[in-house]
Amino acid sequence: MEQTAQSKSRYGMVIDLDRCTGCGVCMVACAVENNVAPAEQKATERTGVTWLRVYPVSNGEGFPANDSVFIPMTCQQCGNHTPCVSVCPQNAVEVDPSTGIVGQIPQRCLGCRYCMTACPYHARYFDWWDPQWPEGTEALLNPDVAPRMRGVAEKCNFCHGRLHAARTKAAAAGRKEIAAGDYVPACVESCPSRAIVFGDLADETNEVSRLSRSINTFQFLPKLGTAPKIFYHSAKEWVRKMADRAPLA
Amino acid sequence: MDRQFIPRSLQRSSFTRFAAWILPWILLLGLGLYAMYLCLAEGLNQTNMDNRFAFGLWIYLDLTVIALGAGAFFTGFLLYILRREELKAVINSAVVLGLICYSGAVAVLMVDVGQPLRAWFTFWHPNTHSMLTEVTFCLTCYLTVLAIEYVPVVLKNRKLRQIPRFLVFEFELHKVMPVFAGIGTFLSFFHQGSLGGLYGVLVGRPFAFREVLGIWPSTFYLFILSAAAVGPSFVLLTTWLVQKLSGKQLVKPEVLRFLGKVSGWMLIVYVLLKTVDTLYWINHTAPAEGAPAYTFYTSPGFGTWILFAEIILLGLLPAIMLLSKRLRERPAVLVSAAFLACCGIVMNRFVMTIQTLALPTLPFDQMMSYVPSWQEIATFLAIVAYGVVLYSLSFRYMTLFPQERDIRQ
Repeated sequence: MEQTAQSKSRYGMVIDLDRCTGCGVCMVACAVENNVAPAEQKATERTGVTWLRVYPVSNGEGFPANDSVFIPMTCQQCGNHTPCVSVCPQNAVEVDPSTGIVGQIPQRCLGCRYCMTACPYHARYFDWWDPQWPEGTEALLNPDVAPRMRGVAEKCNFCHGRLHAARTKAAAAGRKEIAAGDYVPACVESCPSRAIVFGDLADETNEVSRLSRSINTFQFLPKLGTAPKIFYHSAKEWVRKMADRAPLA
Repeated sequence: MDRQFIPRSLQRSSFTRFAAWILPWILLLGLGLYAMYLCLAEGLNQTNMDNRFAFGLWIYLDLTVIALGAGAFFTGFLLYILRREELKAVINSAVVLGLICYSGAVAVLMVDVGQPLRAWFTFWHPNTHSMLTEVTFCLTCYLTVLAIEYVPVVLKNRKLRQIPRFLVFEFELHKVMPVFAGIGTFLSFFHQGSLGGLYGVLVGRPFAFREVLGIWPSTFYLFILSAAAVGPSFVLLTTWLVQKLSGKQLVKPEVLRFLGKVSGWMLIVYVLLKTVDTLYWINHTAPAEGAPAYTFYTSPGFGTWILFAEIILLGLLPAIMLLSKRLRERPAVLVSAAFLACCGIVMNRFVMTIQTLALPTLPFDQMMSYVPSWQEIATFLAIVAYGVVLYSLSFRYMTLFPQERDIRQ
C-alpha cells in the first residue's frame, strides 16, 4: 500500500464528444455512486448538486447545417496552479501527490465558496440544503462514500470510494499497484456509448495517455495554464473552434 | 433622564427625541437579525446566491464597508505616527466608524459562510497560501485593535470617569495608543491588500486576475491605496452628515479641508496606478489568459462606461476637486467630492465582485445574473442599523468631536 501511495500516477480522462449522446446516464451514475441526495424541491439548475453535468451546445446554424454537441463537464483535476487548492483558507482542498487527484475534504470546509469563485469550470457545488433521501431509499446509499452536510462545497473526486476499494483489493492480493481494470469511476463504467476513457496519463502505454496526445484532442481553457487532466476529443472542427473561443467573443 | 451620562458642556437633544430617532433603526436591526436567524437556521438557501454566483451582495458590501472603514487606520496613522495633531478633532469618530464597519463586516461574514462554527479551523490549520487566510487573521486582529482603541473613548464618559481605576486605565491606554495605531496600520495594510489579492489571484477568472508584483497581485496594492484614499473622505462625509443632522458645528472647517486634501492626494496616486494597471491588463494579462478584454464589456449592463465611471468620473474628478485649494474651500464642493470618491470605491468593489462573477469563463456560457433575496438585503440593513445605533449612542454619551465644546454654536 505504501509503495502504491508513492507511485506517481496521474489519473485523467479523455471524453469523446462525437460519441456522447447526452443521455445523462453518467450524471445519474455519479450521483448514485457518490451519495448525492435527490434535488430539493426548490433547487434550480444553479443550486442543485451535479458533480458531472452535461451541457448541450449548438453550432448556432439553422437547418440543415445545425449541429450540436453534448459536453460532460466535471472537475478538470487541474495539474498546475490548481485554482481551488491555493485559495481554500483551511486546507479543505488537497492534491494527492500519488494520484494527481484533486480531493475535497468536506469535514474541513468552512463553506466560504471561495473555491467555487476560483474554479473556471464551474465544477464545484455547494450544499444549499440538508441532504435528504426519501424514506426507504437510505438503504441504497453507498457505504464507501460519506454524504456531505449542508453548507459545504463538494465536487468530483474520480470516485474516491472506488480508488480505495481497488487499493484494498490490490493489497489483499499482495500486489503493490492497482490493476487498471479495478479502478473505473462510475461515469466511465455507465456510459452506454463508451465515450469516456479513464486511466493513468503518466503511463504512456495506457489508452487514455495515447488518446490525450492524439489529433483532435483538446482541453478547455488551456491558456489559463492550469493543465487540466480531462481531455476532450472531437473530429468536428466547429467543436474544437468553439472550445478555443473566448466566452462572449 | 440621561443627563448625567451626557458629557458636560455639550448640548444634546431630549431623551424622547433621541429615542424617537433610534427606534426605527432598532426595528430595522430586529428585522435584520430575524433574516440572519433564517440564514443560520435554514441554511444559505434563504439567499439568492447559487453555484455560479457563489459570492453575492454580502461579500460585495463587506469589501465596500471595510474600505470605507479604512478611515480609522489611516487617520490613526496620520495622527499618531505622522503627528498631524489637527486630526485629534476626528480620531474618535473615525475609530467608532472603523469599529462599526469592521465588526459589521465580520458579523455578515459569519452568516455568509456555510459552516460558521468551523471558522476557528482557519486559525488551527491555515492554508498560508490563501488570501482569505490573510484576510481572516488580519481582520480579527485589527478588530481587536479597534476595540482597544474604542475603550478610551468609552471610558472618557462622564460617569465612568468617576471610577478612579477607569481614569488611570484610560490615561495609561492613551500613552500606548501610538503602538496600537502602528499595529492597526500594519494589519490594515495587509487585510485591505489581501481583499484585493482575493480577486487578483483568481487565475481562472481572467477579468479579475492580475500580474504578480513581488509576492502579491497588483490588486493587493490598489486595494490598499484606494482604501487609504477613500477612508478620510468617508470620515469627512460622515462628520458633515452628523453636523447636518445634529445642527451643530463639530469640527473646524480646516479639519475637513485637510481630510479632503489627504484623500485627494491618495486618490490621484491611486487613479494613476489603476490606469497603468488597467492598460497593462487590457494589453497583456487578459489576452494571455485567452480572453481579449473587449469581451468583458460586450454586455450592455457592464459596458465600457463602467471603466469610465470608475476611473474618471468617480476617481480623477473627485481627486481634482479635492486637490484644488480654491474648490476645496467651498464646503459644497468638498463634500460632493468626498461623496464621489466614496461612490468610486462602491463601484470598484462592485466591479471586482459582481462583474467578475457575472462574466462567463467557459466558451459556451452566457452572462450570469443575480438579484439578492430579502434576507440578504435585510441582513445587510441590520449592519447599517447597528452602525447608526452604535454611532448615535457614542455621539450622545461620549466625546466624539473634542472641538465641539470649543466652537461657539
